Amino acid sequence: MQFTTIMENLPEMLKGAILSIQLLVITLILGMCLAIPLAILRVQKRPIFWRPVHWYIYFFRGTPLLSQLFLVYYGLAQLEFIRNSFLWIVLSRPYGCALLTFTLHTAAYTANIIRGGIETIPFGEVEAARACGMSNALLYRRILLPRAFRLALPAYSNEVVGMLKGTALVSTITLVDLMGVARIVVAQTFAAYEMFITAACIYLIITFVITRIFYLVEYRLNRHLRPVKVKPLSLLKRPL
Amino acid sequence: MNFFLGWGDEILLAITVTIRVALGALASGLLWGILVATAKLSRYKVIRMFGDLFTTVVRGVPELVIVLIVYFGGTITITNILRYFNPDVVYFEVPAIAAGIFSLSLVFGGYSAEVFRGAILSVQVGQIEAAKAVGMTSWMIFRRIKLPLMWRIALPGIGNLWISLVKNTSLISVVGLEEIMRVSTVANATTHKPFRFYAIAIIIYLILAILNTQGLQRLEMRANRGFRKVV
Repeated sequence: MQFTTIMENLPEMLKGAILSIQLLVITLILGMCLAIPLAILRVQKRPIFWRPVHWYIYFFRGTPLLSQLFLVYYGLAQLEFIRNSFLWIVLSRPYGCALLTFTLHTAAYTANIIRGGIETIPFGEVEAARACGMSNALLYRRILLPRAFRLALPAYSNEVVGMLKGTALVSTITLVDLMGVARIVVAQTFAAYEMFITAACIYLIITFVITRIFYLVEYRLNRHLRPVKVKPLSLLKRPL
Repeated sequence: MNFFLGWGDEILLAITVTIRVALGALASGLLWGILVATAKLSRYKVIRMFGDLFTTVVRGVPELVIVLIVYFGGTITITNILRYFNPDVVYFEVPAIAAGIFSLSLVFGGYSAEVFRGAILSVQVGQIEAAKAVGMTSWMIFRRIKLPLMWRIALPGIGNLWISLVKNTSLISVVGLEEIMRVSTVANATTHKPFRFYAIAIIIYLILAILNTQGLQRLEMRANRGFRKVV
């Protein structure tokens, strides 16, 4: 083990880790904005609404993220009309390509998770909302979406961790994230074990923090389900 | 075929490589999964800790990192071992297919261990007590009682993992195995038609996913044939 190699490159790796996290956060925010309307369309009864979304989700869940990334980064640059359009501002850079691909990818997964959440809501709650005279928009805003988020939270935390692991793929399209730094150093020094295991440890730490955050959020959101803390009876406190 | 610009046969060969890697990783990954699941349910704390460590690490580290650790790390380790016995050895490179199958089986094992653990726990205690009462050994109980009973419960989870395993084979292109993604990259390098070849690759993966989903539906129907549906 060459510990000096690790120590020398640790600052660079942490810089790379920040790029990874930055990609992850932007992707998740944009993906969520896209996923909510998609999920609402997915649970509609009319095929004209849910069928296109179903195939969108199927496509992004059924094909590897790497192939999607390559298709966007290498493939779209070949098409003349893309190069001449406003999209080229985003797609001419690897960062923009990664953001676009990841956003579409995570939106598909998240929409599916939210759909699962919406579908597990007991129908009585919808009936109750309708009995109060709520309109459809109000029903979604006040009842269905908040309930669905709470139900879908454990599945969504898995998706966030999966997306973090997905960001490691940007090192294949020349972005220097955590994995990219590790691969560059390995190419120079051939210290594969040291660099990759260090990278693995940093990823593990980030994963751990993410799961902790979700655990805390879940604990807070389910506070109405927790048993009430009862003070022990004074009778039991009395010395026997 | 004009559409494939003469790369049709290479792509066809690449599909078989992808399927071979996926099946190899599935076979060894199922073994890993059952082994680690048994470890996680062990009576001894040390073995339980090892099982938990394995699943935590595999599930928390990107698949790409695992592939690269196995490929480059394996090359270094095996070169050093060979040098120990024979100082003339300069360099031994692990074949990409072996590294790919091994790393993907680790990933599959880490995730499937959780599925198997849940499925093993779902086997009723009475069944195991009955097996013990007729004098079965623990291996016989596992093979004759636990495995057939947990199979039905584990199947949907394992099926999802199989579909993501097929997708993960694309990662081995990074270390140069001639599977679908790699062949697309090579074809693109000579013909300069990246959109066409990556679109072909993505459609092949999509077809594989559709076939797998349907096959799994059949398997699940077969596994559930003795059970009546609630609705």
